[in-house]
Amino acid sequence: MKAEASVKEQTATKTGADLLVEALIDQKVDTLFGYPGGAVLPIYDAIYRAKGSFDHILPRHEQGGIHAAEGYARVSGRPGVVIGTSGPGATNLVTGIADAMMDSIPLVIFTGQVAKGVIGTDAFQESDIMGITTPITKHNYQVQAIEELPRIVKEAFHIATTGRPGPVVVDIPKDISSTVQANKVDDSFHLPGYQPNLKPNPLQINKLHEALVAAKKPVVLAGSGIVHAGASDELREFVHNYQLPVTTTLLGLGSYPGNDDLSLGMAGMHGTYAANIALYECDLLINIGSRFDDRLTGNLKHFAPSATVAHIDVDPAEIGKNVPTQIPIVSDAKAALQSINKKKVQGLDHKNWMADIDHNKTECPLWHEQPESEIVPQWLIQKVYEYTKGEAVVTTDVGQHQMWAAQYYHFDRPNRWVTSGGLGTMGYGFPAAIGAQLADMDSTCVAIVGDGGFQMTMQELSILQERRLPVKVLIVNNQALGMVRQWQEKFYEERYSESIIDVQPDFVKLAESYQVPGYYIDSQKSLEEVLPKVLADDQPAVIDCRVLQKENVYPMIAPGKGLHEMIGVKKP
Amino acid sequence: MRRIVTAIVHNRSGVLNRVTGLLAKRQFNIESISVGRTETEGVSKMTFVVEVEDERKLEQLTKQLNKQIDVLKVSDITDKAIVARELAMVKVISNPQIRNEIQGIIEPFRASIIDVSKESVTVQVTGKSDKVDALIELLRPYGIKELARTGLTAFTRGHQPQVAEFKPYSLLK
Repeated sequence: MKAEASVKEQTATKTGADLLVEALIDQKVDTLFGYPGGAVLPIYDAIYRAKGSFDHILPRHEQGGIHAAEGYARVSGRPGVVIGTSGPGATNLVTGIADAMMDSIPLVIFTGQVAKGVIGTDAFQESDIMGITTPITKHNYQVQAIEELPRIVKEAFHIATTGRPGPVVVDIPKDISSTVQANKVDDSFHLPGYQPNLKPNPLQINKLHEALVAAKKPVVLAGSGIVHAGASDELREFVHNYQLPVTTTLLGLGSYPGNDDLSLGMAGMHGTYAANIALYECDLLINIGSRFDDRLTGNLKHFAPSATVAHIDVDPAEIGKNVPTQIPIVSDAKAALQSINKKKVQGLDHKNWMADIDHNKTECPLWHEQPESEIVPQWLIQKVYEYTKGEAVVTTDVGQHQMWAAQYYHFDRPNRWVTSGGLGTMGYGFPAAIGAQLADMDSTCVAIVGDGGFQMTMQELSILQERRLPVKVLIVNNQALGMVRQWQEKFYEERYSESIIDVQPDFVKLAESYQVPGYYIDSQKSLEEVLPKVLADDQPAVIDCRVLQKENVYPMIAPGKGLHEMIGVKKP
Repeated sequence: MRRIVTAIVHNRSGVLNRVTGLLAKRQFNIESISVGRTETEGVSKMTFVVEVEDERKLEQLTKQLNKQIDVLKVSDITDKAIVARELAMVKVISNPQIRNEIQGIIEPFRASIIDVSKESVTVQVTGKSDKVDALIELLRPYGIKELARTGLTAFTRGHQPQVAEFKPYSLLK
């Protein structure tokens, strides 16, 4: 009799970890990216007990896990959920948290913490993750009592996914996750200090409409705010109503079809000549969901010098931050575009402007040399585009390969392009592709990575082996830290300090040791034989593709220069 | 330009760190900060005196502060009718002979002596920062052993005078 009573008691009570698991189920979380450890053992025990509720992905380094969560969030449009233990587990997540913050990726990160009683004593595996992550999170919490855990989890998801998305850290002391709570707890919340403004002010929309009617040389700058807001259809309608040329930021690629007649391609440091000249010469610049990053604007003195600037952004702090703005519109991109699309369009005359733009597009396109048998990276990306019919999910690290992918892979829809824009994180592309593939099992996911970046997170090949995820890792191998090498060539008189890496692992054998098929390609002929086959099958692959080391990314705006001062433009 | 900015915040651990960290990260120079509870339970008020370059920097400051989830309201009250006070305590070297002299100096400032010892007196003064500065300068020749200031705390007056809106006059229009 006695034993029976105690069992009943146990089922009626829940630990903090159980409450966490319940809260995650409430949030319809289906995938967790996490790494167990001392301070999260109660949480992992609760996950074990709730078996079947989540697909748990175990990376081999926490950084791999959080980048995978970012890739998952980018492609699925749902928040990525990450668990790390205290101390080193939490600090290994820091790069991914900062990356998600810069690119507005919704993440909810749970970190274990040492028990409340020993916080602040430099206990085993203790780190001040609140202090460390405060400047790189949208918000962070340390749970102080078990009763507040369900509410905090709910708030964390709300904050991460609404307004301008971003990462939220919830730090959970071990005693809170293991304490038993018998009573039901209230998870309702009220955040008076967080009320994002999602609807535009009609007066400002009127101003934008007036400016559009008056403009002779308008241009739209499409940023990733459009992708986050799911506003691509609205953008298309807007652009077609007013017949506006569109350029995108690096992260905005895919928000507007790259092959459309009105598309100018990407703008910025390695953007197209037509896009940058349009930004330089325009009389009306409509920025939708871009934060005017310095890699986009170049020298601010020469950025859109004669333009009226309209800026639509859900984050008011972005408006006027870098570029003075005459028509500020604080709103979600979708709502703002919907209201401007309701306005009547009349008396537009952009003929001369469009003729100038088309002239630049056809006369000064992206270009590269084509040797006889060696592979140039630009051609490689063109081939990937061709073989995947432009439908793949493409992820990258930062650097030359990233810029070539941005230039030569044309995205027709959003959520297909996953790259580390703001933070420029090496080692991002491959794990992000794992998350992207998990979010969309029907698409081909190609991680276009450099030989440098891949070596930062290549241990995640374990996940491909474990899950048989058909991710294709395409190493654009120039045996160098390419972008560093390019800058040293251009701006440091060819002093290649520590940028040439000619001692490398045998990537084919490395892949095979993880039971992932590996391929070696070093000529156009071998590429055309191997690549279409590999991209079409349902196996994972690592492709070590040797490209010309000396190839540089052009055109380019040198540091300190304006958009009109591009170098490496091929003019007729 | 020197601005007085107030922020109403949730009284939670880490909020001060969050706010000062934000200002440091964005290179705003804080002259003083004072924090204390308000009439509402769980809500505190911070008063910052900051030196900012221009209007745009100031706009960024208030917008970035407003973005914080624990920040409920941010106001730049520099140009409003405000009540602003600072408290300072000054320990001045003084023997019994010159104590009266010090008393005479501080009287016009409505400051008071709050502690006396054989070699020193401690003066408490409240008021606007420039008044506090002026008194400190007067006491300095006697030898200041210790000085502590609270930083400014401020809010707007109950009644804001109506300033007539003059239209900008231009010869060209």
